[in-house]
Amino acid sequence: MQEVTTEKKEFTPNIVAFCCNWCSYAGADLAGSSRLTYPANVKIIRVPCSCRVNPMFVLKAFQQGADGVILCGCHPGDCHYVTGNYYTRRRMALLFSFLNYMGIEKERTRVEWVSAAEGARFSAVMNDFVKTVTELGENKRLTDLRVKEGE
Amino acid sequence: MQRIGVFICWCGSNIAATVDVQKVAEVMKSEPGVVYSADYQYMCSENGQQLIKQAIKEHNLTGIVVGSCSPRMHEATFRKTAEAAGLNPYMVEIANIREHCSWIHKDMDEATEKAIILVRTAIAKVKLNAPLMAGESPVVKRALVIGGGIAGIQAALDIADAGFEVDIVEKNATIGGRMAQLDKTFPTLDCSACILTPKMVDCAQHEKIDILSYSEVEEVKGFVGNFSVKIRRKARYVDETKCTGCKICMEKCPSKKGLNSFNMDLNTRPAIHIPFAQAIPNVAVIDPEQCIKLKTGKCGICQKFCGAGAIDYEQKDTFIEREYGAIVVATGYKPINLDAFNEYGYNDNKDVITSLELERLMNAAGPTNGVLLRPSDGEHPKVITFIQCVGSRDSSGCGKPYCSKICCMYTAKHAMLIREKYPDTEVHVFYIDVRTPGKNYDEFYRRAVEQYGVDYIKGMVGKVYNENGKLMVQGSNLIDNEQITIESDLVVLAAAIEPEPSVRKVATLLTASIDTNNFLTESHAKLRPVESPTAGVYLAGVCQGPKDIPETVSQASACAAKVIGLLAKDKLKTNPCVAIPDESMCNGCSQCANVCAYGAITYENKEFRLGGGKTEIRRVACVNPAVCQGCGACTVTCPSGAMDLKGFSSKQIMSEVEAICKK
Amino acid sequence: MKDVEMKMKERAKQLLESGEVARVVGWKKGDFCYDPSPATFETVEELDNFVYDYFCGANLSKYLIQISKKEGKTAVFLKPCDTYSFNQLVKEHRINRENVYVIAVECMAKFDIEKIKEKGVSQITGVEVKDKDVKVSSLYGETTLYKPEILLTKCETCQKTHQVKDEEIILHERPERDVDRFAEVKKLEAMTEDERFAFWKEQLSKCIRCNACRNVCPACSCVKCVFDNPASGVAAKANDSEFEEKLFHVIRAFHVAGRCTDCGECSRVCPQHIPLHLLNRKFIKDIDGLYGEFQAGEEAEGKTPLTSYTEGDAEPNDVLNGEAK
Repeated sequence: MQEVTTEKKEFTPNIVAFCCNWCSYAGADLAGSSRLTYPANVKIIRVPCSCRVNPMFVLKAFQQGADGVILCGCHPGDCHYVTGNYYTRRRMALLFSFLNYMGIEKERTRVEWVSAAEGARFSAVMNDFVKTVTELGENKRLTDLRVKEGE
Repeated sequence: MQRIGVFICWCGSNIAATVDVQKVAEVMKSEPGVVYSADYQYMCSENGQQLIKQAIKEHNLTGIVVGSCSPRMHEATFRKTAEAAGLNPYMVEIANIREHCSWIHKDMDEATEKAIILVRTAIAKVKLNAPLMAGESPVVKRALVIGGGIAGIQAALDIADAGFEVDIVEKNATIGGRMAQLDKTFPTLDCSACILTPKMVDCAQHEKIDILSYSEVEEVKGFVGNFSVKIRRKARYVDETKCTGCKICMEKCPSKKGLNSFNMDLNTRPAIHIPFAQAIPNVAVIDPEQCIKLKTGKCGICQKFCGAGAIDYEQKDTFIEREYGAIVVATGYKPINLDAFNEYGYNDNKDVITSLELERLMNAAGPTNGVLLRPSDGEHPKVITFIQCVGSRDSSGCGKPYCSKICCMYTAKHAMLIREKYPDTEVHVFYIDVRTPGKNYDEFYRRAVEQYGVDYIKGMVGKVYNENGKLMVQGSNLIDNEQITIESDLVVLAAAIEPEPSVRKVATLLTASIDTNNFLTESHAKLRPVESPTAGVYLAGVCQGPKDIPETVSQASACAAKVIGLLAKDKLKTNPCVAIPDESMCNGCSQCANVCAYGAITYENKEFRLGGGKTEIRRVACVNPAVCQGCGACTVTCPSGAMDLKGFSSKQIMSEVEAICKK
Repeated sequence: MKDVEMKMKERAKQLLESGEVARVVGWKKGDFCYDPSPATFETVEELDNFVYDYFCGANLSKYLIQISKKEGKTAVFLKPCDTYSFNQLVKEHRINRENVYVIAVECMAKFDIEKIKEKGVSQITGVEVKDKDVKVSSLYGETTLYKPEILLTKCETCQKTHQVKDEEIILHERPERDVDRFAEVKKLEAMTEDERFAFWKEQLSKCIRCNACRNVCPACSCVKCVFDNPASGVAAKANDSEFEEKLFHVIRAFHVAGRCTDCGECSRVCPQHIPLHLLNRKFIKDIDGLYGEFQAGEEAEGKTPLTSYTEGDAEPNDVLNGEAK
């Protein structure tokens, strides 16, 4: 147990952020051009729309060692593709609730709407998410839901 | 075998100050598949691009990754660079090591490590890129304008003046719309008809414009550049080519008790009628609900008197089908129904009227020939009270949450005109706020108050009731903090406006999106305000949101500019990053079409070989690449993964995920 | 139940003899009294093996994807729960409705042979039901069991009614049942994350990836499964990733979300007795709670909760934090 606590101190989570091209990716760009920092362990994957994010991408990220996954899209009603983020909202509400039902810590998954003008918000969201996941520690559960005892 | 080139940009010191660019370029040299890696101060400069071009040629590169600023900045630049060197432009991926890395991290080691991961991720993706070609689709050089009000008229004239053919489909018997009903227009007080009717005539006489009045859109197929539209030409029982507009039929028609909708039902008109004197086309129409001949078979007087032989009781609805490259929606508005506003007594008192009714009462061609007389007894009203925001800015659920935008100005206009014409009349206006943004608007309002002595009262009206033949308007005066009651002869309600209800059907036919208030949604509230998200569909006038005449005309002209820009092209280049179904895996379950906002997905039955000489017919999805916008909603809905998105394929993203997670 | 079976057989015979249908889909006798299997009958002679009893739990609707493509009409016997799957498949254009003649048959709940065996009864030769008593005869004699204790899990909470029928064969009134099908889901929800994880880890670790759940599921009827699709990036066959192995059940449950009719076949066929229906029911419960009650397969057309939306839908973060309204 002691080992775990010392490990936790140095733990920096691996965060994957899926950002829609039109709002959130641009919001991240704005955070950049405004020099609003957030930890380097947040890495962004660009998708045309948040509705392009397949649950399999999220699961794959966890399985490959991500400690937290966050989806960012345009605010509901502002989707570049009109309705895309409405589907995202339902899909991810159900998926994340389901993952939590399977025992995955609810803090590891998040959906945030960030517009192209919200650079400050992008940075704040990422800082907060990193902080939350850091406190939670390493993702061990979603790498394999079928780990046998003793593994 | 993939041969990837990696180009790391310093962006002067923007990247190089926090990312060890040389190290990144060096590390990439040993990445599998990478055959060339270099760094340069400004990759986007002429010299930088030259370096990329040379490397592509010298090293026979099959794909390149540029580690630089955001792809939103220079993806297009580097795609052109690649294309110039003979590489497919879609074999380029950008690793954003500036906005997403060097600019937000301070620690050099940390930022360098992240930059390496981001470049690796881009490499992982580019390895799975496939050359993409932008498709082409031809453009039909004709536009359809739905709605013949001032918005539709302006758009049609502008498009036609640029040399393209335009059809105006108008559901009423004449074009002109709401503006034709108005008396004077703010803020200049010129007569509405005087400025509108010449434009109507221009439309009628324009060789490129075809007015399809008394017609409705029934069916829309196709997509931007290639719409095929079925139009219902409703039976008007009068041969449009023969009627001369002499109006003898109107004189002779024995059934004269029809409500005159052009005059807001304030007077009556014959069953056969021309809506108003300057109607375009100047052709009669028979109201089948009212015509004795059509209802009972007996009568036929108009036919007898029609010298042109234009009357045809046997006429049926006909359908025409036409092709268009672009569609402008300009379906306009109507005042809301006031049934939910009992407190103002609109349904109980003849002398409680709406502003649009007042327009008709003040119009020289209106039911009172322009003399302001109250509907109940034909007397001159001495005290007139206006009530603003009736159903506008109303969150109670009875009305509309939005501001109807035009009411403050037209009420100032009405008040001013009344005071001008009848100086002995007292005019009160109850308002919540007076909103007058616009050129010469506030000056106009101030004139009403200062020059014409209109009594503006800040406050809401609680109720209007009849007492001894007087209309008692009870409201609060918020400035003086008191309850007041004004004994009035006429009460005018500034009823909220809402989109003409037929817009719902039009939106459905066009797969154009509509908001909760039934206003059509623009593609981008600020930057693409006249385009519907459905490509090739444009929005003009109040169907998109409340607006006055100058704004409507501006928007209509903006629409026309967009349409002209589209029709001027012979072919449209289509975005190649569109959805693509794998037919061998498609279930034909329709789930993808259910989430497609653009109607880009259709289904067809296709024969598949099963082996052993057997075949099977299966329903499979087809994506129209000219319509698909590439959002990817369908790809996630598809359970089998048959639907994929070019440029952002599942495999590409999965591979990016894998690379980005590696520490 | 015998009387129902007779009626069904009779009707099947009529339909085949008259040529109204080219085939009948029902159940045929197995080697033992408790293992009837779905079957197609094309001649009157074949009907000798026709059976309908308390062990006919299988959902026949999925077979119609292929069969309804064949020439000639197909008659099928559908239990209440099967009709939802049938409708869902019609909605998804998988079943050619015009080619199918649906005969709704009464159900009265089906038995789980495993549960009977767990009661210590083996070598079963027959069952006889009287109210809630089930007389089970075996080579070793007779035992009376309590009916609610030996029902298939899917039948325990079933309140389904026939959603589609061209005609019906119903002789007995079905007893009313007042049970909460989400009780088990709620129990899991009430646990801590750790407990839930431990529960599912134990359950899913039993999975041998035999694909029985996928093969039987009427919602899992893809022409080609995403896990067999090399373009999906998840097919595990030819690469070094164990992704498929590890997250199969999550993906499967998500793919059938909004389409799963809760027919319970997945749990019925799982050789490892994993309560797979509790995965699907979580989605159903969430959908009901967040977007309004929805029963897949109640309608043969329209959108599912995951292909529709409202502007005021709950935010995923609020759902996770239990703050969604």
